[in-house]
Amino acid sequence: MDAMYIGIEIIKMVVIFLLMVQLVPILVWIERRGSAFIQNRFGPNRVGPLGLVQLLADAVKFAFKEEFIPGGSYKFLFLLAPVVALIPGVLAFAAIPLGAPFSLEPFEMFGNTWGPYDLKLQGYDYGIGIVFVLGVSSLAAYSLLMAGWGSANKYSLFGALRASAQMISYELGLGLSLVGILLLYGTFSFNEMIAIQDGPLTFMFMGKETIIPFLPNWGIFYQPLGAILFFVSVFAESNRLPFDLPEAEAELVAGYHTEYGGLKMNMFYIGEYGHMMVASALMATFYFGGYNLPFVTPEAINEMFTGMGFAFNGASLMTTLVSHLILMTKVFLFLWIFIWVRWTLPRFRYDQLMDLGWKTILPWALANTVITAFVVVLMRGA
Amino acid sequence: MSPLVATVFLALFVTGFGFLLVFVASILGPKTNQSKVKKMAYECGLTSDGADRSKIPVKFYLTAILFILFDIEIIFLYPWAVAYQDYVSEGAGWFIFSSMFVFVLIFIFGLFWEIKSNALEWE
Repeated sequence: MDAMYIGIEIIKMVVIFLLMVQLVPILVWIERRGSAFIQNRFGPNRVGPLGLVQLLADAVKFAFKEEFIPGGSYKFLFLLAPVVALIPGVLAFAAIPLGAPFSLEPFEMFGNTWGPYDLKLQGYDYGIGIVFVLGVSSLAAYSLLMAGWGSANKYSLFGALRASAQMISYELGLGLSLVGILLLYGTFSFNEMIAIQDGPLTFMFMGKETIIPFLPNWGIFYQPLGAILFFVSVFAESNRLPFDLPEAEAELVAGYHTEYGGLKMNMFYIGEYGHMMVASALMATFYFGGYNLPFVTPEAINEMFTGMGFAFNGASLMTTLVSHLILMTKVFLFLWIFIWVRWTLPRFRYDQLMDLGWKTILPWALANTVITAFVVVLMRGA
Repeated sequence: MSPLVATVFLALFVTGFGFLLVFVASILGPKTNQSKVKKMAYECGLTSDGADRSKIPVKFYLTAILFILFDIEIIFLYPWAVAYQDYVSEGAGWFIFSSMFVFVLIFIFGLFWEIKSNALEWE
């Protein structure tokens, strides 16, 4: 613990934040292009190659929009809501490991010898990672309520109420669908979960160890139902179609952000896309082996790069980058499913949405928990 | 750096960034004379009727109460789930299973009672 280490940690935190904020325009671009191709249109294709610069132009336009604060609104709440919308996504994203740890040998800088360091590619490592992420991401309901209550607009208020009722209802299914995977892993820590998912599918069957060599040891093979329930719940948590009742434009204009415009509305979008990224990263970490390729450990990648003539630091850096790219590939696959579903399915009615959350997902998640617990005892032969 | 310090640092950084964006938006945009009509709530062009913040259906309140009850029950399941494998490997598998199964039965009973008493019916 010295000045250099603290400096690196702070830079790392800022980089994680910027990574998340920078992914938002790319995702918006993917969403617009993707929806255009799904609907047999062109999408943004004029500004720059493939329309990529369009988002930069949009961002500049947002910054130069006239500020509008409706009369009769609570000004403080109205301005605070978009700021609060940013926080939960970023805090949750920083708790998820984004790549293998990066080891540095001692090195000289500013006339001192620093190191050796063992840097994790995650903002902070809580032993209780899942509980922290669930706790932080549920704070998003506050920003919606602030926006709705502060706007002095009936549509905003009803949008906010719907959004918060929906978020807390699906939080139950979300929390309960994870109990099954916790039963199997026996840990709250993301890093330990990723380590457990190494190697081929291995489990105890009637007290004997059984190995299926051609399948990776991923959570999805143990908890298919849990994975589906979790994915449906995070759709509702991030207020995306088919669960975007809070901003159902046919009934509520735009829901809780009716009165917002320009950068402030964009901050709500960063929050929403942040939620999607956290959800995708969690899916990859819980059920799809995190930053590891199947059957390939970070040590094997490191050895490969050392064999190619990289020094210790270089090989470690390359390993971290490769594992980060692997995680990002998985994350983008899930983000694409988010976008794909949005442009495929129509919106639910509100009573259908509540019925799905309370009467379908919750009982199924309970059944999943009990059955998993039962099967674990049965298989281990105790 | 302890995780708590890091979390507080990141939260403060993001808050600062957010307020900076709000501030930038307020100085960069054009300044026009915002009349009383322009500042009215946007409710599809009609003049807004009644109080700004109208009465809220009590349904939402009920949902929030039920959420708190069930969320606490789920939080009870978390430490049990994480400790489960240890009990199983020490041969106390059926003990740990049955002890929580009683709790889950009460949970299921509560859920079905709630559905039966129409607490979850939405118009």
